Amino acid sequence: MGIPDFLHAIRTGKSGIKFFPKLKELNFSCQIGAMPDISEEKKREYFTELELRNFNSNGILYGVIAGLDALHDAGIDKTAMADEPDWGLGVVFGTGTSGVEKFREAIYKLDDGEVRRLGSTTVGQTMMSGVSAYLGGKMGAGNQVTTNSSACASGTEAVLMGYEQIATGKAIQMLCGSCGDDGPYVWGGFDAMKVTTFKHNETPTQSSRPMSATASGFVPGSGAGAVLLESLDNAIARGVTIYAEVLGGNINSGGQRQGGSMTAPNSIAVQKCIIEALQNSGVNPEEIDYVNGHLTATVKDPVEIENWCAALDRQGADFPYINSLKAMIGHGLAASGSMEIVSALLQLHHNFVFPNINCEDVHPEIARLIDPQKIPRHELNVPLKTIAKASFGFGDVNACVIFRKI
Amino acid sequence: MTKENIYAQLKSIIKIYLPEDVSVDDIGPESHLIDELNINSSHLIDVVLDLEDAFGIEIKDDELEAMDTVSSAIEIIQKKINN
Repeated sequence: MGIPDFLHAIRTGKSGIKFFPKLKELNFSCQIGAMPDISEEKKREYFTELELRNFNSNGILYGVIAGLDALHDAGIDKTAMADEPDWGLGVVFGTGTSGVEKFREAIYKLDDGEVRRLGSTTVGQTMMSGVSAYLGGKMGAGNQVTTNSSACASGTEAVLMGYEQIATGKAIQMLCGSCGDDGPYVWGGFDAMKVTTFKHNETPTQSSRPMSATASGFVPGSGAGAVLLESLDNAIARGVTIYAEVLGGNINSGGQRQGGSMTAPNSIAVQKCIIEALQNSGVNPEEIDYVNGHLTATVKDPVEIENWCAALDRQGADFPYINSLKAMIGHGLAASGSMEIVSALLQLHHNFVFPNINCEDVHPEIARLIDPQKIPRHELNVPLKTIAKASFGFGDVNACVIFRKI
Repeated sequence: MTKENIYAQLKSIIKIYLPEDVSVDDIGPESHLIDELNINSSHLIDVVLDLEDAFGIEIKDDELEAMDTVSSAIEIIQKKINN
């Protein structure tokens, strides 16, 4: 989905969550989810016929589309293939796992003794760094080309990794983003853990309910998001649209101590991550106009709000505006951070806060901490200058980035 | 199957793997698959799998090594079919 469609969808609070008969067939508790719908025609705008032969890796498909769209939006045309790579241009593209469907195909062939029939693209489609490898080749990137993986923090971490590469003078432009595979083989483990909702198989658009009293688990999703980071001097010289400046950020881990675990965050680490992101950015907490939360629609949402309140030392009516894209498109796992960053930057650029759908009944613990007016239920047009985005992932890992309008 | 038939079918398989700057008209009986037609060497594996499917044959590793031109490919395929 390109920027105009996405912008319209988040402004109007459109849900992309659907029922998937396949999940019901496979006895999933949660039979709903969100995944991009990519036509064969659309695929051919980004991949050659040869690349699409035996291609079966959704995460790479979404990542390449988002990455090339971001490049195009930044006015960088790589269609005329130069012989030499662009040494100043790199890629950091996160993912949780790659080419699961392709891997499944390969396993069936292998177990039948047909290893020789895997073809030449099984490795490229199933290696973690497949997405950055495909993108790097299409773009002729000659700087760092890599894939990072920190579960649901991957997308936000990718932006900070790209930012570091530019801030330390090692690169001029970095394409940063993340993507995720989807379908039963990726979502099954979460279904088994009972962290997804089983209550909305008949009401998919109402299923994902961040910050709501009736939140009952997350809804699995997928997709990809990407941004092109560039040194400020270079962006100004090129005269392109600058959505925001990355002021800084922080990445840390709770070490699975102090209440943190594989699946639960150490709140002290979360607060430390946000506080140090602000310090690193030279921003006072009161300057934050808007927070793009991680907020997955599980029982942990009130804890996240508590952590934001503590880290920013702001509460009640003094708390910044906050929302969660997951209400509309579910939890895109490794893809979530980057898709949410795209939504945050569009809000910053166009001065609005998108509606928190499915949050007509704000969780009482959250309502005690912050004024429910700060959780807009309808699109709110309001000037935004400085915003914060954080993502938290399995393994007790955190990432927080601060953006400011120029 | 005649040599001409094999050649026509082989051509239609190879053309998928040609880089953008090589046209199907550049394929001749003596063309070298990698050096002249610029087929990515890793894609040769896929060409072989396509040939196996199209002709119902199996090409062994040592035969693959000998398959460097269009004519050597035709020769190997013809031998396999006749067996």
